[in-house]
Amino acid sequence: MAIIGKYFIFLGTLFTRREKLNVYWRRFMEECVGVGVNSVFIVAIVSTFIGAVSCIQTAYNLVSPLIPVSTVALIVRDMEILELAPTITCIVLAGKVGSNIAGELGTMRITEQVDALEVMGINSASYLVLPKVLAAMFTFPMLVILAAFLGILGGYLAGTLTGVITPRDYVYGIRDSFVPYNIFFMCVKPFVFGFLISTISSYQGYFTKGGALEVGQASTQAVTNSCIAILVADYLLAQLFL
Amino acid sequence: MIEIKNIVKSFGDKEVLKGVSCILRQGETNLIIGGSGTGKSVLLKCIIGLIKPDEGAILYNDRDFYNSSLEVQQSIRREMGVLFQGGALFDSQTVHQNIQFPLDMLTTMSEADKRERVEFCLQRVGLEGTGKRMPSEISGGMKKRVGIARAIVMNPKYLFCDEPNSGLDPLTAVKIDELIKEITQEYNITTLVITHDMNSVMEIGENIIFLHSGHKLWEGDNQTLMHSDVAELNEFIFANKLLRDLRS
Ligand SMILES: Nc1ncnc2c1ncn2[C@@H]1O[C@H](COP(=O)(O)OP(=O)(O)OP(=O)(O)O)[C@@H](O)[C@H]1O
Ligand SMILES: [Mg+2]
Repeated sequence: MAIIGKYFIFLGTLFTRREKLNVYWRRFMEECVGVGVNSVFIVAIVSTFIGAVSCIQTAYNLVSPLIPVSTVALIVRDMEILELAPTITCIVLAGKVGSNIAGELGTMRITEQVDALEVMGINSASYLVLPKVLAAMFTFPMLVILAAFLGILGGYLAGTLTGVITPRDYVYGIRDSFVPYNIFFMCVKPFVFGFLISTISSYQGYFTKGGALEVGQASTQAVTNSCIAILVADYLLAQLFL
Repeated sequence: MIEIKNIVKSFGDKEVLKGVSCILRQGETNLIIGGSGTGKSVLLKCIIGLIKPDEGAILYNDRDFYNSSLEVQQSIRREMGVLFQGGALFDSQTVHQNIQFPLDMLTTMSEADKRERVEFCLQRVGLEGTGKRMPSEISGGMKKRVGIARAIVMNPKYLFCDEPNSGLDPLTAVKIDELIKEITQEYNITTLVITHDMNSVMEIGENIIFLHSGHKLWEGDNQTLMHSDVAELNEFIFANKLLRDLRS
């Protein structure tokens, strides 16, 4: 409980005593590259393969002649959009971005770089963390859209190359009974998860005490806590929006 | 001038500072000396406002730091330059960007003026031409000097250095000591140096404060240091064989 209270106080300090706006703009751009652009590769790999695997496995399970083959594509699409693209991508990002943020801030803390900022009269929490949070909330939805696209494309490639589904059936399937609202829901999730991952990891890193060992522990803790938070939030969002 | 009044600070039930008072004079290098773990860094952090003391006051030219509004605290902070024990350079920025950082954040100077000021500070600490390197690519002594350059870039009125020459070879250590003393006299600022290096004590100690287990046991200059009758201080000074021989 005390930790959760401290976490909310920490969130409060991000928004008080801010610095000049152009400073944030520059930092925001840097962080978008660090958080977003540098994650494109891993997100692309993971989502393409997950899409491919879900297509093959769904086809494997749907052997009934009563169900049209295009249903495979429909299932891949809905799994990708509703769950795999947003949640799995964000779990992967929690590992990559979360440990990165906690490690960076933890190192800055123990090498007194945070103190150096404070002594200059700069709100170190706001200066260091706020751009990361905004960058995560801005870039994660884009990464998830990319992931969903590549996932469905991966399913197409795997399905057609192995011959379990024809290109025509696949395209028919992914257009069949499409619900645009799901796309909106898909973008809400990474927006929320991005906030959770960046703030939880920043919190872990920012309050690191001790030395290199504790920085490592803070990174691990950041990833663990972010993943738990994502799963809980995933459930709550599903209750709330569907 | 900085007045330190009866600073008390505990962590949990461990009392680290037990009422330390002293005056840091302008235009002089003030030294805090003492063994490892006696609370020197904690006292420094209390003075510069990073750790709030449980009791006592810090007066910057009669402005009480902890009883001031945020605006006054900010303006006092803008008059401080601090060199941290490990340099505390931002590792994602080049040497030049590190030194320019306070100018970017706190002033409205033009880019050309900033560049000129940074070049001047680099030259002042004898590091011309290293501006493009990253902190990870320079040696420990150079980091300390970059740290000093960053501390003086805003023309501070108060300069704080936590162990500016620990871990350096004797020659570089002496150079850094001299640099600090020169800057202090040149700009007539109030300088506080924390050290346990006897060389620097003898070299630059104009006002020396000896800290021992949370108390100030002795205060004076490097002339009278050798002739004190405080047992703990003598033990600290004459740990070195050379100095022991010198006394006898
Ligand atoms: N944040 C903290 N929490 C708890 N205890 C602390 C904290 N900071 C310092 N201490 C304790 O205060 C005591 C004094 O520490 P300090 O860092 O001031 O020593 P020092 O005199 O600077 O030593 P050194 O010369 O080795 O740097 C130590 O025993 C340390 O354990
Ligand atoms: Mg210390």
